Amino acid sequence: MDPAQESKGTIRVVQLYPRDMNIYGDWGNALVLQQRIRWHGYTPELLEYNVGDPFPEDVDIIVGGGGQDSGQLVIQDDLQARAGALKDLAEDGAPMLVICGLYQLFGRFFKTRTGAVIPGIGVLDVETHGTDERLIGNVKVATPEFGEVLGYENHSGQTTLGNGVRPLGTVPKGTGNNSSDGHEGARYRNIVASYLHGSLLPKNPAIADFLIRTAAERKFGSFDPGQPNDRFADLAREHAARRPR
Amino acid sequence: MPLLGYIRIMLYFSVPLGKLVRRVSRLRGGGSALPGLVVEKIDPGFMRRTLTTLPHGVAVVSGTNGKTTTTKMVVELLESQGLKVFTNRTGSNFTRGVAAALLGEVDWRGRLDADVAVLELDEAHAVHFVNSVPPRYCLLLNVLRDQLDRFGEIDKTAQLLQHIAAKTTGTVVLNREDPRVARIATTLTGQDVKYFGLDDSLLGTFPNDDDMRAAPGSPAPAGLPEKPAADVVLRKVGADTADFEYDGVTVTTGMKLRGVYNIFNAAAALTLARSICGGGAATADHDTLLAALAQVAPAFGRGESLTVDGQPLDLVLVKNPSGFRLGLKSFPAGGYATMIAINDNYADGRDMSWLWDVEFESLREGGVDQVTGSRAYDMALRLQYDEVRVGGVETEIAPALAAFIREAQGKPKRIFCTYTAMLAIRRELSKITTVEVVS
Ligand SMILES: [Zn+2]
Repeated sequence: MDPAQESKGTIRVVQLYPRDMNIYGDWGNALVLQQRIRWHGYTPELLEYNVGDPFPEDVDIIVGGGGQDSGQLVIQDDLQARAGALKDLAEDGAPMLVICGLYQLFGRFFKTRTGAVIPGIGVLDVETHGTDERLIGNVKVATPEFGEVLGYENHSGQTTLGNGVRPLGTVPKGTGNNSSDGHEGARYRNIVASYLHGSLLPKNPAIADFLIRTAAERKFGSFDPGQPNDRFADLAREHAARRPR
Repeated sequence: MPLLGYIRIMLYFSVPLGKLVRRVSRLRGGGSALPGLVVEKIDPGFMRRTLTTLPHGVAVVSGTNGKTTTTKMVVELLESQGLKVFTNRTGSNFTRGVAAALLGEVDWRGRLDADVAVLELDEAHAVHFVNSVPPRYCLLLNVLRDQLDRFGEIDKTAQLLQHIAAKTTGTVVLNREDPRVARIATTLTGQDVKYFGLDDSLLGTFPNDDDMRAAPGSPAPAGLPEKPAADVVLRKVGADTADFEYDGVTVTTGMKLRGVYNIFNAAAALTLARSICGGGAATADHDTLLAALAQVAPAFGRGESLTVDGQPLDLVLVKNPSGFRLGLKSFPAGGYATMIAINDNYADGRDMSWLWDVEFESLREGGVDQVTGSRAYDMALRLQYDEVRVGGVETEIAPALAAFIREAQGKPKRIFCTYTAMLAIRRELSKITTVEVVS
């Protein structure tokens, strides 16, 4: 954005639990939102929400990442305490991106290999079962909304989708949600849920712009896009698509 | 397999046979692990017998970062004390590699002329190794987000290290500043535990993965209630010196190694060497120890300073976010032309996520002249989001390196590179110019 030009308005991005759920470059998703909001001519405001913090007011975009088992345990109670607020935001159409660990916890439950059931917050109609098999590698997803989505998966939880959600896309390369259904991620209202890191948004600017556009339309009634330079993103996508699994 | 079964009976011949396979596979230009595999198959007790009967037994060095250089340091420190050291120098840091290295050193009757074995082992392989050869010492360096894509999780890696410690019969040396490593002490009962540590003033230059995105001043993850005393503490790092404190005294020594993280590993090596030579008649001679430490150069392929066209060219190995952040901090950009080479081969790690956990603002002023490697465009994209100017992007390393050297003529140069990219760059450098290794 030309600094002399007036901002089209402030968009507030809240990163969920960056202290405990930030593995595999999840910070990249927050950074990409922050920069692209700027490149579209708006003013980004990035807030971190950690366990015990007061929940921020006037949230425009929520982004949350993956964590280790230990990190998931740390946030468990706090997340349950915020379930109501997050559900209201989701039903109200707030754009959200949840990756891996928080994708699982946004679902109904996570059942571990030993049979213990960790409750989710039920924003998404999905359930996850822990397995001994770790699904790792480069992934390509064919999606109706965002074209080809590229990233890297690393998870041992397998997620099954209920009737309340639809998959983000099908998987020509990689595994995705689970080893039998051939689809990846979940879509519900303006939530995008996925197992892909990479980070996801840098190489998939279409998803970043969907979140920003939705936030702007919700807040200002319309979105007036700028023209980010996506030359490197296009080339990185081209090369990533050719890398072996 | 009747043949192998038959051979197994002839245990007596296992060493000569292994040595023979080793010669043949050398002639064929084969890998170093095959002869080790042969001996392992026909005589599983070979390694245990040979190694555990050494006067000082076996010391295992493991952890995610800095194993190779640290092992090299320990070996040189022990040699300065007059010990004969067996080590797996070929970089085969798995059990078969150790067996293969051993075959090269033993005589035809399987005897090893050494006082102690110092072995670098990959975390996962170390677990198998210590099950068959219990070490007398172990040195556990750190648990970083390096091999996540291989082992799944950091906590899993910490468990692997804990297993190595549990199998150790004598002294366990731990990194006091890495909570996942320091915590291992609480699980041990019989072993002697020693720590190496860092001065508080240096902790800031040494972020651990938990601090990475934590707000300033947020509580550290639960480790030990209070910091235990360390056997050796790194107090200060100068331009080419370092201050170490041990036995209540602080000494300054010259250092060929660069980068705080390498020098912190020197504290680790010193702690292990003191343990091995400690006490009794064999008490370490500190003057010779420090003299040896001052001479240690980085291990091959772990970051080197070369001279190209009369200008220094630094190769800085980066293989995980902590290492990259430390590299950027330890080697300031001012006055240098910069290139970054990122490959995603298996030895580098396939997952590129980690590039997003490194902040590149420190390169903003001078920009990055060339970006290369199979993931060059991922790297360029990363730099774009940190508003760092990028000169050229070229996935092929040879032309990118040539352009870098041509355009940065007369300037000192620095290349941050992943492991396989570093190997490729060294190969290319030796083709296009006379490479003189400075340190
Ligand atoms: Zn994941």
